Amino acid sequence: MFGNLDFDVIRRSLPYLFLDGMSFTLMLTGLSALGGLIFGTLIALMRLSSYKLLGRIAGLYVDFMRSLPLVLVIFWFYFLVPYIGQWLTGASRPIRVGAFTSSLVTFIMFEAAYFSEIMRAGIQSISKGQPAAASALGLTYSQSMRYIVLPQAFRNMLPVLLTQTIVLFQDTSLVYVLSIPDFLGAASKVAQRDGRLVEMYLFAALVYFVISCLASYGVRRLQARIAIVR
Amino acid sequence: MNYNWNWHIFFEPNPTGAGTYLDLLVSGLWLTIKTALLAWVIALIFGTIIGILRSLPSKTVSWIGFAYVEFFRNMPLLVQLFLWFFVLPELLPRTAGLWLKQLPNAPFWTAAIGVGLFMSARVAVQLAAGIASLPRGQKQAATALGLTTTQGYRYVLLPMAFRIIMPPLTSEFLNTVKNTSVAITIGLIELTGQARAMQEFSFQVFEAFTAATIMYLAINIIVVTGMRFLERSLAIPGYITGK
Repeated sequence: MFGNLDFDVIRRSLPYLFLDGMSFTLMLTGLSALGGLIFGTLIALMRLSSYKLLGRIAGLYVDFMRSLPLVLVIFWFYFLVPYIGQWLTGASRPIRVGAFTSSLVTFIMFEAAYFSEIMRAGIQSISKGQPAAASALGLTYSQSMRYIVLPQAFRNMLPVLLTQTIVLFQDTSLVYVLSIPDFLGAASKVAQRDGRLVEMYLFAALVYFVISCLASYGVRRLQARIAIVR
Repeated sequence: MNYNWNWHIFFEPNPTGAGTYLDLLVSGLWLTIKTALLAWVIALIFGTIIGILRSLPSKTVSWIGFAYVEFFRNMPLLVQLFLWFFVLPELLPRTAGLWLKQLPNAPFWTAAIGVGLFMSARVAVQLAAGIASLPRGQKQAATALGLTTTQGYRYVLLPMAFRIIMPPLTSEFLNTVKNTSVAITIGLIELTGQARAMQEFSFQVFEAFTAATIMYLAINIIVVTGMRFLERSLAIPGYITGK
């Protein structure tokens, strides 16, 4: 069954796969998670705000993003980001942006919708007495959010946020549709160049599997540790 | 924004010679719905089996369920589709592989089965959680009434668990619909694929994507509204969601 397979192609392309492909994937995952977390927290705060209109806008954004397939969103931003750049800078033509910028914007905007729902649940899991005590101590709303509510919410939600980041790590493979050499894109380029689809795709699957498995094992251990403290 | 908007583009004939651009998108929409429904049937069947395995007391059996879920959850869907589409036919015996490659509509079947199996792992997790959330007395009562394990699951545990997990199943179904768009990478020209094709033929990027977006939103609204009725009629009396 594996008789005529040439696994040497993997060894030969390792530097390209990991130094170019995997580092792109990890960088995109890390920066998107960070950006999505910040933007998602803002959206969650908007949804919980006492101004109904703000909450409505944030809710629409989240529902909208969550109704669309990620592939379509990737295409949307790929074509939209140059126009946004033009609008922001006042240039006369659409700004040329690299594939990295466009996919980073996509993932931040897309993941923020998912992160914000997690954050909202986290903030709502904090008992009412906490912000009440904070305002009794004389803290302003933003202070009580920053020092009392958000740190606890982050801690409660950390395992879920990390699990969502693992999903994000897997989802970044979809930048394949823009022919970007992320890890899968790099594997695919080698596969097509050398006619070695079977070896390269099996190897890519294995690498994703091992990384995701280790990461989710880590999250489970973290969850157990946090659970003991509470 | 200096972009040439042209909303009439939908009624202009498309270059494939079969009707207008709108026809192109609508045919993509049908393909999305067909793929998603077949995938959902597969996800429910396999998800139910694995969900039950995970809830059984036997260590070996629940380990099989665990391994199944981990296998499908820890690989990107795109990679899984590539495995089914490009790798599987090469690993099978020559004749079987050749038959698989020459199958008409191969991207459709691969997408439906691939997305279905991917989603089955998530259905299994939901179902196992639903069964675990039932009071222990339910199973004991079933046993006390003289039901076998199979009958207990068939008549008591599964009907209860499925009614409890109706809301998460709705969002898993919507995820199935959205995930069919990943099949664009193995050449399935569903809704997202047709929008992309329309953009390449006509250069009207934003009209094409706007139309596809509206169609996905419509699917969402229809499914969510339908499921809300179903949820209400299936809610278990005495539970928070019930009357």
